[in-house]
Amino acid sequence: MTNNPSDTLNLKLKIWRQEGPNVAGRFLELEAEQIPTDASFLEMLDLVNERLIEDDVEPVTFAHDCREGICGTCGVMINGQAHGPQAATATCQLHMRKFRDGDEIVIEPWRARAFPVLKDLMVDRRAFDRIIEAGGYISAPTGTAQDANEIPVPKEVADTAMDAAACIGCGACVAACPNSAAQLFTAAKLGHLNVLPQGQPERWKRTEAMVETMEDFFGSCTNHGECHEACPKEISLDFIALMNRDYLKSKSKNRSLVSQK
Amino acid sequence: MPTLDAKIPEGPIAEKWDNHKFSMKLVSPANKRKFDVIVVGTGLAGASAAASLGELGYNVKAFTFHDSPRRAHSIAAQGGINAAKNYRNDGDSIYRLFYDTVKGGDYRSREANVYRLAQVSVNIIDQCAAQGVPFAREYGGLLANRSFGGAQVSRTFYARGQTGQQLLLGAYQALAAQIKAGSVTLYNRSDVLDVVVKDGEAVGVITRDLLSGEVHAHNAHAVVLATGGYGNVYYLSTNAMACNVTATWRAHRKGALFANPCFSQIHPTCIPASDEFQSKLTLMSESLRNDGRIWVPREIDDRRPAGEIPEAERYYYLEEKYPAFGNLVPRDVASRNAKTVVDEGRGVGPLNNGVYLDFAAAIVRDGVEAVRERYGNLFDMYERITGEDPYRLPMRIYPAIHYTMGGLWVDYNLMTTVPGLYCIGEANFSDHGANRLGASALMQGLADGYFVLPYTIGDFLAPKLGETALPLTDPVFAEALAETTERTRRWTQLKGTRSVEYYHRELGKIVWEYCGMARNQTGLEKALSEIPALRAEFRSNVKVLGSADGVNQQLEKVNRVDDFMEFAELKVRDALHRAESCGGHFREESQTPEGEALRDDKNFAYVAAWGWQGADTEPSLHKEELAFDHVPLSARSYK
Repeated sequence: MTNNPSDTLNLKLKIWRQEGPNVAGRFLELEAEQIPTDASFLEMLDLVNERLIEDDVEPVTFAHDCREGICGTCGVMINGQAHGPQAATATCQLHMRKFRDGDEIVIEPWRARAFPVLKDLMVDRRAFDRIIEAGGYISAPTGTAQDANEIPVPKEVADTAMDAAACIGCGACVAACPNSAAQLFTAAKLGHLNVLPQGQPERWKRTEAMVETMEDFFGSCTNHGECHEACPKEISLDFIALMNRDYLKSKSKNRSLVSQK
Repeated sequence: MPTLDAKIPEGPIAEKWDNHKFSMKLVSPANKRKFDVIVVGTGLAGASAAASLGELGYNVKAFTFHDSPRRAHSIAAQGGINAAKNYRNDGDSIYRLFYDTVKGGDYRSREANVYRLAQVSVNIIDQCAAQGVPFAREYGGLLANRSFGGAQVSRTFYARGQTGQQLLLGAYQALAAQIKAGSVTLYNRSDVLDVVVKDGEAVGVITRDLLSGEVHAHNAHAVVLATGGYGNVYYLSTNAMACNVTATWRAHRKGALFANPCFSQIHPTCIPASDEFQSKLTLMSESLRNDGRIWVPREIDDRRPAGEIPEAERYYYLEEKYPAFGNLVPRDVASRNAKTVVDEGRGVGPLNNGVYLDFAAAIVRDGVEAVRERYGNLFDMYERITGEDPYRLPMRIYPAIHYTMGGLWVDYNLMTTVPGLYCIGEANFSDHGANRLGASALMQGLADGYFVLPYTIGDFLAPKLGETALPLTDPVFAEALAETTERTRRWTQLKGTRSVEYYHRELGKIVWEYCGMARNQTGLEKALSEIPALRAEFRSNVKVLGSADGVNQQLEKVNRVDDFMEFAELKVRDALHRAESCGGHFREESQTPEGEALRDDKNFAYVAAWGWQGADTEPSLHKEELAFDHVPLSARSYK
């Protein structure tokens, strides 16, 4: 049932603070008192920041924007878990009612070499954009399209493409991976585009380019599956299998035959 | 002072755009690379424009304050995108979409622009399908549609409850391809803080690099603002936290007229606020109203849980008052009625600030699986935020600020009153009048970016062949750089006592109280005295810690709140001057005996475009009279 709006928690926080990419960081320890259970995790950080400002301490920098779990801007490690304890939930959608009075909460940025810390809890995820730029699109310059219904897409295929396309690019998969691999992110985009009829002409070139760009930045996949566990959109590991299969095919010598299956 | 020439092409309405396309000057393929175009913002409008201009061969510089274009708030749109495809064989047409949009906008939009929007709507769906946007499909593989937000035809295309996300990713991917190809240079984490104007023409922008804190100037032959709406002037809205009015407001200060700032849309289906700490409101897609029934207890101050209130004691107020449309009345009507029942003391939830949206009947009728298939992700989101399970308990909803119809005044070519400065998407004013219909925001953003601006900008650029963009060595850039640098540094030296957040919240309270769902002269006049007082206190007492060199989120925000402080005053002034009710603007003095909005076409059938006259001078009012030759003026009735 509905929480009483006055329910509050007293928490012990350890928050990572770091001035810039090449500076050593440290934990800031503080007591966060009277945190309403109806607050989201980021609203809890807002309250902490308001109190820091009152005390003339620079507030903690963290990335966030839509606070609806869709823009993919936010994301921190909460007690060692990317996006915290609730499955299928981005940090902004996690609410404090999932914690208990007296809990200690350790808050850290995504940890991965490809995601350097910019300040405090905010990291640089531009490597993801490089992967998309390498081939994560269907070339259809504006104006060239035929009537939309001239390309029938079986419902199951459209649903599979949508399952993959739901990725929000937050980077939790990389942060959760012991190898800091980006297979789930890359496979999600490939899964979206490679199963669609519109995506077939560039399928092999796209797969090769995206996988190889991914490998320039990120570690290797050793099938732990932590990425899927951390993913706020529950992207399936099956897409990694599909990517691996397509990558093998793309490396085959006779592409003209491969493209005919 | 700028004159308002909308430059509407001659000819029958159905031929205007085609005629205009033919009469516009062209830039030849080989010459396009000689032109630099700045696009500010990478949401649906900005990303689609930048990608399309890049494909054409222009030299594009795209700016976003996000880390990646994919973060823009278009991504949060849930419900869908309209197009006059008539795939359902249910009587839709370009003319009907045009008609519905003009009427739905309560006759405060420009017919010629809206007609063009309906025309290109069909191209958008084709374009997005070709890009691989995973629209919902029927089992035969063809596109699915649904009826949405008061429309009596099924013309809405959708991708689960994430249509905005998928359309934005499509535009972002097209943009990524152009970035890779080198036709577009992306400046991420770059906040545009000013528009540079020389001799009345737009020549560039001033940006602050949000990582280094450095302030830079950028020049171009034309500047396109695609920077979204001003909903965050209310503090609490469904906008993302960083959405702001800065680029359009700074352009306004440089001579661009700001049109209809009092028009903002309240979305009827948001999750009610739970406390003061709340940072934003969350929208639940309007599609929920297709199957959910809205009610409150018939008895005032009835505090029983929903399940204990018998059917006969439930007040299905929309179904009773509007039998033809029921729960699907347009947004403004649904919102005002929710406010009425809550103000009457019928509100539900811990703070008595919501109404029920109940799926029990749909679950009995269609089964829980069918409901899960349609709304599963929305129900999950609701559960995460409120801790309540909407499969068992009715949802609680309340209206919240969601979209803003006003924006920079633009002519038919989407150019502002500053030559060379264009404004597209939510940031301009032209297509939605006083009220936007559901699933039309995505349509307009993409129409402007993919199919309108890429044509019209060439007409402006063609005569400039041979001219280079104004060099950055010109004193106008040095001046603008110095001004922005000084403006930004000032905040860190103030040593005030209250946070930026505090002042933003206080501003929001004033604007919501007096210029929210219902407005009256006394309240608006009160706001007009309170806002300048708050602004003065803010400017002398706001506390921004840290330095201007490097990442400083408080500093990013303080400039935005500063612009909202000025903008809010214009918004209230516009609301005060418009002594009629129309669409999202409800003046209590102007209502029918039944309490419905009463338009005053005799005195207010115009666009109010305001000109900046300096900080201490009242703005000038310029009117664009609106002609309704095709959609006859009539009272909007949904009874």
